[in-house]
Amino acid sequence: MWNKLLNLDRRWIFIVTAICVILPFLFPIGFPTNVTPPTQRIYDKIESVTEDGPAVIVSFDSDAAPLPELYPMAVSLIRHCFINNTKVILWGMNMQGVGIIQMALEDVKKDFPEKKSGINYVLIPYLPYPAIIIMKMGEDMHKAFNTDYYGVSIDSLPMMKDIRNFDQIALAVSLTGGSAWGTWVSFANQKYGCKVATGITAVGAPDCYPYLQTGQLVGMLGGMKGAAEYETLVEAKIAEKGLNFKTRKAACIGMDTQSVVHIVMIIFIILGNIAYFVTRRQRNVA
Amino acid sequence: MSHDIWVWVAALLTLCILSFLYKDNPFYKFAEYLLIGVALGFGIAIVWYNIIIPKIWIPLRYQHQYHLFIPACLGSLYICRLFPKYAWLSRWPIAFSLGASIGMSLPLTLQAGIFKQVQSTMLSGFSISAIIAFIGVVATLIYFYFSAEHKGFVGGVAKTGIWYVMISFGAIFGYTVMARMSLIIGRFEFLLHNWLGVIK
Repeated sequence: MWNKLLNLDRRWIFIVTAICVILPFLFPIGFPTNVTPPTQRIYDKIESVTEDGPAVIVSFDSDAAPLPELYPMAVSLIRHCFINNTKVILWGMNMQGVGIIQMALEDVKKDFPEKKSGINYVLIPYLPYPAIIIMKMGEDMHKAFNTDYYGVSIDSLPMMKDIRNFDQIALAVSLTGGSAWGTWVSFANQKYGCKVATGITAVGAPDCYPYLQTGQLVGMLGGMKGAAEYETLVEAKIAEKGLNFKTRKAACIGMDTQSVVHIVMIIFIILGNIAYFVTRRQRNVA
Repeated sequence: MSHDIWVWVAALLTLCILSFLYKDNPFYKFAEYLLIGVALGFGIAIVWYNIIIPKIWIPLRYQHQYHLFIPACLGSLYICRLFPKYAWLSRWPIAFSLGASIGMSLPLTLQAGIFKQVQSTMLSGFSISAIIAFIGVVATLIYFYFSAEHKGFVGGVAKTGIWYVMISFGAIFGYTVMARMSLIIGRFEFLLHNWLGVIK
């Protein structure tokens, strides 16, 4: 029996995993989402920004692959800024990233039709060599970007009149599936003292912990769990303000599935180990 | 069920890619090649409209910023890779890019990634987490120190180091499982919510 288990066709494992992914979508369990300190710190930092205070940068520094983890983060961060009337600069180091952050913006704007480009937010187009662009942003953003995404001159945008460099930026959040947060830490934080945080795919999250400990990263949204935590915080804010938004908590919905699949994975690992040790003992006896 | 044709296209391509889990097949190959082609086309369009036109052509043609001709020519040498006889010329822009980016990033990366990290490893206080981190860094460094035989005291510390390494591998693997599952969750959510509409 154990030998059979060790030689099991991996497609059976795919089927079991698929079932475990689909079932919690159809029959939601509603596992609670506890907010961890790295997420709370990003939320608190944005909360501390006053209406006419500095702006927040949300940069989608990734392609479309990690969308399930990063997209809910982008939506929640933009939504949080809009609820607080915080000015927000949207950008992407990656070619596809700019298109994705624009998609997130359009999604959030359904609840905030009054928010206008150039007044409440500025969308920056893709430009190559992100490290150089970040350094130019530290000197003068008006020289780093001549126009916004829609081709309007940066100088003519009311929101950008008082924003020249990182002195007028409260926080830069890099949403990435790779190491783009490191570029922000090295060039924006280390050189210009800009506060930096990251929303990162789970696979990259362990690399960020040393930088959280040193304070080089203000906070971190780690994978779908981090996204679900931020959604929960923003949801509480919406309820507190008595607003009526049709918010879809994509990450929170996904976390039910995530929890179930993790339990199944643990069972797989335990069974695989038992099968390995039992068959090894049988081989040794023989 | 969705009435948006693009949702249908995305759903069918998702199914094509997922079909690889059964075995390699022409539907998977089609979706794979389509992705590569679309991504390349998208990249060329973005570079053309966001960089070549506004950053090279307009300043050169209408603003008479002729100094841009130098980087434009240097960058154009990349095209020489297509011609074996002149491929060596493409090394010039590569060398320039490498030199400039390493020169720019090295001091800052050393500051942010090495000096600041080493500084925070110093035992400035006596918190338990600081002591655990300090022991971990020293023990792991000794494990990767191969100029002394891992015997006696050095061997004991190296063994502690390997425990730290194994625990970090476990944490990384746990996070990796979470990341990979998130990808499949995202696709299934798209199929069930956006395409089929069976979940809200």
